[in-house]
Amino acid sequence: MRTMKRSFSHLVLPISILLLLIIINLIKGADYFSITVVNGAFYGNIPNILFGASELVILSIGMTLVTAASRGQDISIGESATISSAVFVLFVLQAGEVTLLVIVVGFLLSCVVGLALGAFNGILVSVFKVQPMIASLILFTGGRSIAFMIDGKLSPILANDISNQIGTVIPGIPIQTPIILTVVFIVCIAMLFKTTNLRLYVETVGINPNAARLNGINPKKIIFLTFLIMGFCTAVAGFIAVNKAGRHDSVNLLKLIMMDAILAVAIGGNPLIGGKFSITGSIIGAYTIEVLNRTLLRLEIEPAMIKVFKAVFIIMLMIIASPVVRASIRKALDRVRTKNPTKGSAAMVSMVSTMDMIGEKGE
Amino acid sequence: MASVNMIKPKARLSNSNILFLIAAVIFVLMYLFAIISFPGSFLQFQTFFDLFNLNAPLIIMTLGLCIVMIGGGIDISIGAVCGLVTMACAVFLESRMGSIGGAILISLGIGIAFGILQGYLIAYLEIQPFIITLSGLFLAQGLLTTLHKDPINVTMGAFVRLRDFDFVISWLGTKNRLGVFIPCEIKPGTIIVVILLVILASLMKWSRFGRNVYAVGGNSHSAMMLGINVKRTVFITYVISGLTAGIAGFVYIMTTGAGNVGNAAGAEMKAIASAIIGGTLLNGGVGNLLGAPIGTLTLLVINELIRAAGVQSNFQAMVSGLLLYFFIVLQSIIMSLRDRRRVSIALPPWLRFPGKGQVASQRQP
Amino acid sequence: MLSETILEMKDISKSFPGVKALDSVDFKLRKSEIHALMGENGAGKSTLIKVITGVYEKDAGLITLQGEPIHFKSPQEAQNKGIGTVYQEIMLCPNLTVAENMYIGRSHSPIVNWKQMNEQAARLLQSLGIPASPIQELASCSLAVQQMIAIARAVDMDCKILILDEPTSSLDEDEVHKLFELMRELKARGVGIIFITHFLEQVYEISDMITVLRNGKLIGEYETSSLSQIELISKMLGNELEDITKIKKYEPHVSDTTIPVLEAVGISSVAGVRPFDFAIHKGEVNGFAGLLGSGRSESVRAIFSADKVTGGEIRMHGKKVKIRSPLHAMKHRIGYLPEDRKGDGIIEDLSVRDNIILTLQVLKGFFKPFSWKQAEAFAEEYIKKLNIKTPTSNTPIKSLSGGNQQKVILARWLLTNPEYLILDEPTRGIDVGTKVEIQKLVIKLAASGMSLTFISSEIDEMLRTCSRLIVMKDRQIVGELRGTDLSENDVMNMIAQGGENVCAQ
Repeated sequence: MRTMKRSFSHLVLPISILLLLIIINLIKGADYFSITVVNGAFYGNIPNILFGASELVILSIGMTLVTAASRGQDISIGESATISSAVFVLFVLQAGEVTLLVIVVGFLLSCVVGLALGAFNGILVSVFKVQPMIASLILFTGGRSIAFMIDGKLSPILANDISNQIGTVIPGIPIQTPIILTVVFIVCIAMLFKTTNLRLYVETVGINPNAARLNGINPKKIIFLTFLIMGFCTAVAGFIAVNKAGRHDSVNLLKLIMMDAILAVAIGGNPLIGGKFSITGSIIGAYTIEVLNRTLLRLEIEPAMIKVFKAVFIIMLMIIASPVVRASIRKALDRVRTKNPTKGSAAMVSMVSTMDMIGEKGE
Repeated sequence: MASVNMIKPKARLSNSNILFLIAAVIFVLMYLFAIISFPGSFLQFQTFFDLFNLNAPLIIMTLGLCIVMIGGGIDISIGAVCGLVTMACAVFLESRMGSIGGAILISLGIGIAFGILQGYLIAYLEIQPFIITLSGLFLAQGLLTTLHKDPINVTMGAFVRLRDFDFVISWLGTKNRLGVFIPCEIKPGTIIVVILLVILASLMKWSRFGRNVYAVGGNSHSAMMLGINVKRTVFITYVISGLTAGIAGFVYIMTTGAGNVGNAAGAEMKAIASAIIGGTLLNGGVGNLLGAPIGTLTLLVINELIRAAGVQSNFQAMVSGLLLYFFIVLQSIIMSLRDRRRVSIALPPWLRFPGKGQVASQRQP
Repeated sequence: MLSETILEMKDISKSFPGVKALDSVDFKLRKSEIHALMGENGAGKSTLIKVITGVYEKDAGLITLQGEPIHFKSPQEAQNKGIGTVYQEIMLCPNLTVAENMYIGRSHSPIVNWKQMNEQAARLLQSLGIPASPIQELASCSLAVQQMIAIARAVDMDCKILILDEPTSSLDEDEVHKLFELMRELKARGVGIIFITHFLEQVYEISDMITVLRNGKLIGEYETSSLSQIELISKMLGNELEDITKIKKYEPHVSDTTIPVLEAVGISSVAGVRPFDFAIHKGEVNGFAGLLGSGRSESVRAIFSADKVTGGEIRMHGKKVKIRSPLHAMKHRIGYLPEDRKGDGIIEDLSVRDNIILTLQVLKGFFKPFSWKQAEAFAEEYIKKLNIKTPTSNTPIKSLSGGNQQKVILARWLLTNPEYLILDEPTRGIDVGTKVEIQKLVIKLAASGMSLTFISSEIDEMLRTCSRLIVMKDRQIVGELRGTDLSENDVMNMIAQGGENVCAQ
């Protein structure tokens, strides 16, 4: 109920970008939304996007919470996911016969590892008051080498049916498994928000830790908690990623995913300096990044140029969202309006109001 | 804390200096440890010089990054810009109109262009530096792969001569196993590091701009109230960082002689780690440029030590992670201890505001 | 004899979301004049200053400096035109040295001459008797010393206009005296000085002219010699004066045998307050009086465990209780409205509703969120009860005016129904109307059986509401005043005498 009543103005930016990208795709070819059924499962642009973005969505949820509470970002998420999934792979491969139970126990084990890694970063940030980016730099630097040590340096292959089904589709279910897992994860997070005061506590700590303390909230505990949640997210993302790939490549698994996760948080309308946050925004942001990546591919842009387009796109986006730019445009329009009040066109007014709505996120 | 001043006329160390001091002491201890453990390689002067010779680009990038960090920002595009510069230079040098002068101009031009673009967006449009420099990183990487995908070995005569050029210090060196005296060699890159270090360190210490950077990093609102042009100061820090990334790119290709997609990839994180070890805080306002090379060298010596000890290369990253952990916790503890001491010394009322006469008599001459 | 005008402001208006901070205000400053800018907190004094110095852009109006229209876009421009400013909050960089803070942003030479700068700074510091070394980091100086350094910086600039925005609040008598000497010297040199303070005696000691603002409007400009203190106060307070005098304090029946609601014994904290004893009875309103920095806030923060408590114990209804964090205090039904509303009180970006329910929600527990409906009901109830002016309960608190923000925080604590509520400067920086409302509310709450501590820099507010005043100096309690006919003088005398006692010990 409470989330329903919140205003949606912060979602204007991510949704309009998403729409813009979809329009570009539709112009490119009207068959964008078409879905084909192969072996009883849906394939097509939309399922592929949902499939491709699943790890990113999960990680950006954790990143949103960490950003909101600790006013900084965890840059070790890809490495944490690699370590926890290495433990999972190690466990599964040692088990001999792979049953569902083995997979589940392996997953739970990797979750414990993920939580421990989250706790490691969390203690540095909350107790030692190290900036999140610096604290997570440690795992970022050493993480992959730890994963390398765990998985036996061989890039082991997960050649079993269950893993394959988790990574692709379960026969009889038309939707690809990672998509289902992502949805389940989002529902779990939604339940978490519904049954606890997590949002209120995290936002309070992120906006004003002093006031939070004076009102009985322990900022250290809350920041630590967000890192634990982040750790859990990395374990789940690592689990999905490793099953998708079918092997554990500790050098390249989810490499540099933190950049995309942070970007998703920013596109979702969340200030990177903490405070109010929107999980919905980040989720949309994560899908937007995936759509952007696939759009660039679909537009047959040379693979080498993709990063250039991506960079230009992000920069344009940030310029539009910049409070300074909006303020000066509004001022200029005001001047135009006061000079010839009769000519104040409706288009301009609507433009300004759109800008205002977009702007609410930045401030 | 008037009291402290009166009891002990020497002012206490500033945070910048104490962190630098820690970094320097640890580096010296570590190097001594290295010499004792592996006298064969670390006792040679050449080993020390090679740290500079081979890692000059990283040190140069760290210098620029330190300035941005002291000003309260962050620049993660430097590695990619450096890589882009190496490829651009390689392509240019291999083309028909290639010349070394032109390559230098290209390096500086690309660096400054990135600096101006990012600096403008961050300082004047007030966009979050992380996102902008992340886009800068993507942009530079994309341009790099667009420019050329495959490694290019520069074969231009003049350039190869430059690449192979060494300054030989004839009076310093070691005898090899055959008893032949081998003088130490210094690459031009090392000279550039030293020159840049002197210029930039002096800039931060003795120029109006440098002090403004510290002020802005310390408290940008106060800095504005004190009459500092905060936006321009922030802008210039990013231009400098872009410029140093460009120079680093040229030094890189001057050392390796090849343009490659993987050049300087991930260097930004190494540079951030070096800056932190060297005593620059990410919060801004605290740092010492002399700490930049010390931080880098500490990181490198650790890696050399691990290699000398025969540890597999995979574990090097883990050990450097541990080292970072050690530094970060140490810095955190020292800073909080200092804070605590300040509170307890500053507060007893009988120490505050002594009479005028008392003050005058105890003031330093 | 009025001399040549150097600064003239006409029809200056400036609004912030929710408040009109300045409403066509005129102001005139002449050469060799010390001009006091008076008004209650929230009257618009600081805003006017910030409009002059280019921190804020005015919405309308005209400013002329020596006949030339000016329009500063940054403090730097103002500084270059010869306007030196000392702000209420210290605007210096803690990570730079003392000397740098005095000279940064002023020189146009691209090179910093440390030796020369340190020598100059040392000379200046000595001549003003500031106990600081030019080479020490500013962060290692006490607040008062930092304030003196800020003044030294402004004074040293060869300025035509010097603006001093409450520079004396953290200074002791000696330092104030020194500052006044300095101001007279500058005046003799032809500098025009704008002086803001809330100490009326200081205004009469030093100023030539007085301009009074109230609620963002100009009340008038007067010669100091022809305006009596009473007249000045009535002009500052306006019609509210009558309202205020109607406030009648509530006197609880307290005998020596009743057990106090809360009793603190030998309590001290890391903020440096000396161990003190304190007790409060049911329905009592008491106050902590003393100059800024005397330890008023630190004392109540120690009771609430807002700062880490280092010793002593707290008893409630005669029973010893363990209070080691704000949460413990809240669970024992103690409330604390902090002094620094922006820094410690409001959660800027959250809605009024979330700000109101926050504390009750925390008490209820992490796993038991209020339903939206319930939260909304609580918010609506208190928005009505306290007459909080907000468009909706969903509006972010930061867009409310200071007074309404303060009411939201009050609502936050009232919702938890505390037994003992500490109000630390609840009336600072808010409009006069709300001040009166808050004082009335305090008395109403006391009459309903709540015990309150009410702290204010404006002693008359405490005299009106408190039945007992605890007087503090130098971080310890120097005495206590009771009775209905207390005057500001009684308090001041006790502060002065208390100080002597301390010295004698």
